[in-house]
Amino acid sequence: MTALHRKRLFVNRMNLVISMATMAFGMLFLLWILWVLFAKGFSALSPTLFTQMTPPPGSAGGLANAIYGSVMIVGVATFISTPIGILAGIYLAEYGKNGWLARLARFINDILLSAPSIVIGLFVYTVYVMQVGHFSGWAGSFALALIAIPVVVRTTENMLHLVPASLREAAVALGAPMWKVILRVTLKAVRGGVVTGILLAVARMAGETAPLLFTALNNQFWSANMDAPMANLPVVIFQFAMSPFDDWKSLAWAAALLITLTVLIINILARTVFRQSAVR
Amino acid sequence: MSSPSATAALPTPMISRNEPRTAREPGPPARPKGAPPWQDWLFERTTMFFTLLVLFTLVGIIAALAWAAVPAFQKFGLGFFFTNIWDPVKMEFGALAPIYGTLVTSAIALLIGVPVSFGIALFLTEMCPVILKRPLGTAVELLAAIPSIIYGMWGLFVFAPVFGDYVQPALTKVFGNLWILGPLFQGAPNGIGVLSAGFILSIMVIPFIASVMRDVFEIVPPVLKESAYGIGATTWEVVWNVVLPYTRAGVIGGIMLGLGRALGETMAVTFVIGNAYRINASLFEPGNSIASALANEFNEAAEPVHRASLIALGLVLFLLTFVVLACSRMLLAQLAKDEGQQT
Repeated sequence: MTALHRKRLFVNRMNLVISMATMAFGMLFLLWILWVLFAKGFSALSPTLFTQMTPPPGSAGGLANAIYGSVMIVGVATFISTPIGILAGIYLAEYGKNGWLARLARFINDILLSAPSIVIGLFVYTVYVMQVGHFSGWAGSFALALIAIPVVVRTTENMLHLVPASLREAAVALGAPMWKVILRVTLKAVRGGVVTGILLAVARMAGETAPLLFTALNNQFWSANMDAPMANLPVVIFQFAMSPFDDWKSLAWAAALLITLTVLIINILARTVFRQSAVR
Repeated sequence: MSSPSATAALPTPMISRNEPRTAREPGPPARPKGAPPWQDWLFERTTMFFTLLVLFTLVGIIAALAWAAVPAFQKFGLGFFFTNIWDPVKMEFGALAPIYGTLVTSAIALLIGVPVSFGIALFLTEMCPVILKRPLGTAVELLAAIPSIIYGMWGLFVFAPVFGDYVQPALTKVFGNLWILGPLFQGAPNGIGVLSAGFILSIMVIPFIASVMRDVFEIVPPVLKESAYGIGATTWEVVWNVVLPYTRAGVIGGIMLGLGRALGETMAVTFVIGNAYRINASLFEPGNSIASALANEFNEAAEPVHRASLIALGLVLFLLTFVVLACSRMLLAQLAKDEGQQT
C-alpha cells in the first residue's frame, strides 16, 4: 500500500464520515424542535383549548376562535385555489405543452412557488385591504390561495404527464371530446396524485403566518364573519409568544404544537397513502 | 445567374388561391354527434384563462407594489436604497440596513447550509442503506414542512440561550483575534442577532437544497459512475470528480433556490434577529431584514410615507428573489435539457 493509496482511502473515509455527520446534524434539529414542541406544548393542551376564547393578558383561556378562524380561512383558500390550480395545470400538460405560453407560465409558476409569502400578503393588502378599507378573513383567504395555487398547478401538471398517451388515444378513438377525455380519463387516472398536491398545499397554508399579518389580522373574540378581522392560530402564536405574559406564552406553545402536528400529519399522509395510489 | 431565371425556377403552385374549392379536397374529419365543438373550445379557453391568471399574478404583484411605493420614491428618490436611516418620528427612511441584514443573513445561511446539504445528498444517494432511503429522505423534507413561525419560537426560547451561552463565546475565543474575521465575532453573546438568524435560516434552507441535490445526483447515468469505480476510484472521488461536475448546473440551481427561500423567510428571522436598524461589524449584534421589518412595523405604520417606504422594501425583496429564483430555474432547466440530449 503506497502513501498515495493510504491518503486516498483516508480522504474517502473522512469525507464519508463527515457526510454521515451532516445527516445526523439535520436530524438533530428536526428531533430537537419536535421534542421542544412536545415538552412545552403537551402540558398546555387541555379541553378548554377548544371551548374558550383567546384571553386578555394575565388570565386563562383557550384558542377556540383562533382554531375556527384558521379552519375557515384555510378552507376558503383551498376552495378558491383547487379549481384554479387544477385547470391551469391541465392547460400546461394537455394544451399548452411546449408552446410559448405554457413555457412562460411554467417558469412564472415555479417562481411564485418560492416567492416570499410576506410579499404576497403585502400584495393582497394593497389591492384588497387598502381598497375595501378594513382587514378581513376574505383577504386572508385570498393571500393563502395565491400561495397554494402554484403548488396545485405544479403537482397537477406533473401528475398528468405520468398518464400514458395510449390512455388518451383510446378515449379519443371512442369518440370522446377532449374535455371529457381530460376530466373523465386522464385526471381520474391521477386522482391520488392531485389530492396529494392539494393536501401539501393545505399543509403549507396552515402554517403560513406572514401573509395573514396584513390581511386577516387578529381578533380576540369569536367571529364567524369572514368580512371582518379574524383570529387565526399563526398570528395568535406570533402575538402571544412575543408577549411578556406566561399564560399567553403557554397558549402559544399549545397552538404551535397543534399546528405542527396538523402539518406533519397531513404531510406524512400525503406522502404515504395518496402517493401510493397515484403510482398505481 | 440573373434574377429573372431565379424566379422562373421557383415551383408554381398547383392550385391558385382564387380557384374555388372542389369536392375532391378532403374536408375536416366529421365530429361525432352529440359533442358540439364549442364545448371543447370553451374548456380549452377556461384552462387557458386560469393559466393567464397565474401569469398576471406576477405582473400584478410587481405593478401593485410599485404603485403603492410611489410616495416613498417621490420623497427619497434613489437615495432610498443607499441611506442608512430609519426614523418613523422624523419620517426619514432609507433601506440600506434592512437590505444589508437580508443579504448577510442569507449569506450565512448558504455558508452553513450548502456544505451540510451536500453532505446529506451524498449520504442519501451513495451511502444510505436502501431501506432507510425513503424514511430519511422524508425526514429531511419534513424539516421544510415545519412552519416558519415554529422555527421562530424555538429559535427565540430554546436555541438562542444555548447559542449565546456556549457557541458564541467559543466563536469569540477561536476567531475573535483574527485579522479580518475578528470583528465579526466580537460583542455581547446574548444569542439574539444576525448570526443566530442566519444559522436558523441555514437549517430552514437545508431541505430545499438537499432535495434538489439528491434529485440531480440521481440522474447521473450509472455507467459513468461505474466506469470511475472500475478504474479504482473511491466513493468520494466518484462524487467529487464525476457526479459533481456532471450535475454542476443543477447543484447551483438548488443553491439559488435555497437562497431565494432564505431571502424571503419572515417569521423565523423576525423572532431572533433583534429588529434594530443598524449596520454593525459584529454578527452578534441585532439587525433587521426586509421581511422582519415588514412583519414588525407594517401594521403600526400610520403615516402614508412610512407605509409606502415599507411597501418599497417589499418591492425590493420581491425583485431580489425574482432574479435569484429565475436564475435557479434557468440553471435547472439547462440541466434537464442537457440530460435530454444525452440520452
